[in-house]
Amino acid sequence: MIRKKSGPTGYHNTKIGYLCLAPYLILFFLFTILPVLASIFLSFTDYDMLNTPKFVGFENYTYLFLEDDIFLIALKNTLTFACISGPVTYILSFLFAWLICRMGKLRNFFSLAFYAPSICSGVAMSTVWLYFFSSDSYGFINNLLMNIGVISSPIQWTLNTKYVLGVIIFISIWMGMGTSFLTFIAGFQGLSEELSEAARIDGIRYATQELVYIILPQMKPQLLFGAINSIVAAFGVFDIAVSVGGFPSVDYCAHTLVAHLYDFAFTRFEMGYASGVAVVLFAITYSVGAIIRKVLASD
Amino acid sequence: MAMVSGRGVRFKGKYLFSLSAPKIICFIFLFAMVCFTALPLVYVTVTAFKPIDELYLFPPTFFTRRPSFNNFKSLLSSLSGSEVPFLRYVFNSLFVTVISVTISVFISTLGAYGLVKQRPRGGNVIFAFILAALMFPGSVTQIPSYLVVKELGLLNSYGALIITKVAVAFNFFLMKQFMEQIPDAYLEAARIDAAGEFYIYAKIIMPMMKPACATLIVFSFISSWNDYLGPLIYTSKATLKTLPLAVQMISGGTGAAAITTAGSVAASTFVMTLPVIIVYLIMQSKVLSTMAYSGIK
Repeated sequence: MIRKKSGPTGYHNTKIGYLCLAPYLILFFLFTILPVLASIFLSFTDYDMLNTPKFVGFENYTYLFLEDDIFLIALKNTLTFACISGPVTYILSFLFAWLICRMGKLRNFFSLAFYAPSICSGVAMSTVWLYFFSSDSYGFINNLLMNIGVISSPIQWTLNTKYVLGVIIFISIWMGMGTSFLTFIAGFQGLSEELSEAARIDGIRYATQELVYIILPQMKPQLLFGAINSIVAAFGVFDIAVSVGGFPSVDYCAHTLVAHLYDFAFTRFEMGYASGVAVVLFAITYSVGAIIRKVLASD
Repeated sequence: MAMVSGRGVRFKGKYLFSLSAPKIICFIFLFAMVCFTALPLVYVTVTAFKPIDELYLFPPTFFTRRPSFNNFKSLLSSLSGSEVPFLRYVFNSLFVTVISVTISVFISTLGAYGLVKQRPRGGNVIFAFILAALMFPGSVTQIPSYLVVKELGLLNSYGALIITKVAVAFNFFLMKQFMEQIPDAYLEAARIDAAGEFYIYAKIIMPMMKPACATLIVFSFISSWNDYLGPLIYTSKATLKTLPLAVQMISGGTGAAAITTAGSVAASTFVMTLPVIIVYLIMQSKVLSTMAYSGIK
């Protein structure tokens, strides 16, 4: 049914609109909306995929937080990882995008060079970095450090629980100049020249002043998008952690929330309990994202 | 005539590299960082072409003197401890990626067209849900998705790897943002000429969406090609596994980095990495212009 209002923007066609949306929405419902709701439901049950889910109230959650030491290690590791890797990649992405946009014709070369690691497979790149961080003297980093005399025997980068999380954070920062980075570059390209000119006339002299007073306010939408991206990527860490630390890792030093979820869901088939982990992960990322949205919302 | 503008020295309308001191420092800094970020990628390329005897040298060498294709040959001829040929993994990855990308481009652009240009009732609510879905990692939905795939009877099939990866919130979001920039005047003119709404989508909207589609192709190609959790969960047959799992297997499982496998690991990683870099290179300028619409207001 076509209802026409006055004016050029008055066109409405709900029937065709939903017809066009249908293919996307059906799949989006099946693999995003339904799973979120189902996770919440399953997290209050005991479900092993053979018998029907049995309602257990908050039992899964009390067990998670009060008895499951490994979950607490996973939570601690994920938070440590996210609190370092998230902000660092976010700030570096912005900083490099800002510098690159001042490079004129070399901009495309530099954006490719920084972006390339992020589009490679996390599994493949972790494997490559393992040759650098190899725990014997064949590892490039051990070899280098021994040659210049900093250490006398190889450091067990991927076996010593002191270093593993650090190596994972390092690799993820190296791979971190991803979608947010591209958004920032595009954002810098779309800045208003007139505003910067006007600011220069009004007495702004340094590039850093221009950054804080002229550029940042204009880039709020990109900053918000980039922040949400970084948060989601940081809390969802799994493939790099597994590839570097192994599964399960020594003393669970590289165990993350997604690794815990995977462990209970797909090796032990305790779907209800694993759903509890999923809900915790969902609650953390969604609320951190919501706070960021409040802070960075435009007008 | 040289013109000095805010961004550098302009000559005949083209930017030259300006020679001010901060810019040179900035260039040197960026170049040093690039040397660092590129290091593992250079290492992969060099090691992939290293002959076997050089791999065992001590102290380890970074560059190779006699490049050879031996690592690729041994990758093709056999995979030790597995009966699935390497080319099968390449085929699986390509097949799954190409089909997911095609479906994702189609349903995301059609959906965004429906939402933005047909303005259905309740459209805002739907978009709010899609925007909310940007705010949590996909692993949150993994368990029920697995149950849905199982109910549909798609476990251990290419279908499972494809159907779960096409309705991505980010893709829809980007298409919706881009669609909003297309003036309604085009559609009104077409409607006056009695063009149907689907005709308008196919013949008027889609040609204008080309840069956005190029971007969507790049992003869904990358995420499908590199997907690790999907094939790990939905497939148990070796014949259906994709490249990320193959690379992990070749390296000897998680957390392993033995010298004996360095050559084949590097060769397989090279095979995995080259396509994404090429796809991005071809589309780079379009990606950057589309990403300008990716901000959240």
